[in-house]
Amino acid sequence: MEPTEADLIAAVLRGDAASFEPLVQRYSPRVFATARRYARRESEVEDIAQEVWLKAFEKLKSFRGEAPFEHWLMRLTVRTCYDFLRGHQRNRESSFSDLTDPENDWLERFVTQPETASENAEAARLLVGRILERLSPQARLVITLLEIEDRSVKEIAQLTGWSVPLVKVRAFRARAEMRKILAKMAMHKYL
Amino acid sequence: MNIAELQKKLLAAARANPPGDRVPYAFEKRVTALLAARAATEPLALWVRGLWRAAVSCAVIALLFGAWAFFNPTASTNADDLSQNFENTLLASVDQSDQAQ
Repeated sequence: MEPTEADLIAAVLRGDAASFEPLVQRYSPRVFATARRYARRESEVEDIAQEVWLKAFEKLKSFRGEAPFEHWLMRLTVRTCYDFLRGHQRNRESSFSDLTDPENDWLERFVTQPETASENAEAARLLVGRILERLSPQARLVITLLEIEDRSVKEIAQLTGWSVPLVKVRAFRARAEMRKILAKMAMHKYL
Repeated sequence: MNIAELQKKLLAAARANPPGDRVPYAFEKRVTALLAARAATEPLALWVRGLWRAAVSCAVIALLFGAWAFFNPTASTNADDLSQNFENTLLASVDQSDQAQ
């Protein structure tokens, strides 16, 4: 019979580090999917995932088992991603002059016939990635969790450790920051 | 350009394209190996950390005593000169033998 999650955690806490491996195997897809929302390069994604698991091993004693292990791990993952964003703000000041042809075409289409500019287009995906990279770490985290992952304010508060009113304030500011960047992009393109 | 509409459209694009959850080959082995390597270096790391903490504590204590000696006004009076008292005590037997002779 396959050991349960609680058995594996108890074994790791008793000093059996090998029992950590099945946990890593089971939950790494979620950790990687989350990390890919915040880091573009695959090497950076791997660094984040590795950091998450090393922290998880170190802090496993603090896991009380009241909530599922996955929730605890996702909190750790989101906080590690936030730390990564704070440490890698180099791309925020890049210009909009380097938009690719498909991105420019998508924007043109949006301006002339907004309904035909599909959100499933690769260009739209690249464009939103570019906009998100220009947001401040706080704004990017809130926009990703609230608008893209469709999480509730309460969930975000639990994941980030921020209070509910703080999440609301940061969400308001993040939307405004995103609109400002979009306006800047529009101005750069059409003026 | 309608900025609010563009924002809505781009966020919808991000929602429609969730990132993949592919995990590199043998990633869990790599994590386990890193943990094992960490455990091996841990005793040395603990010793080094302990030494640093001790050094910092000693420096703080030395600074506090230094500050106390510097700012304490009674330290400069001759009445309670600790060094003189110490010398007198230490050489008391020599003085006594001199007087006896």
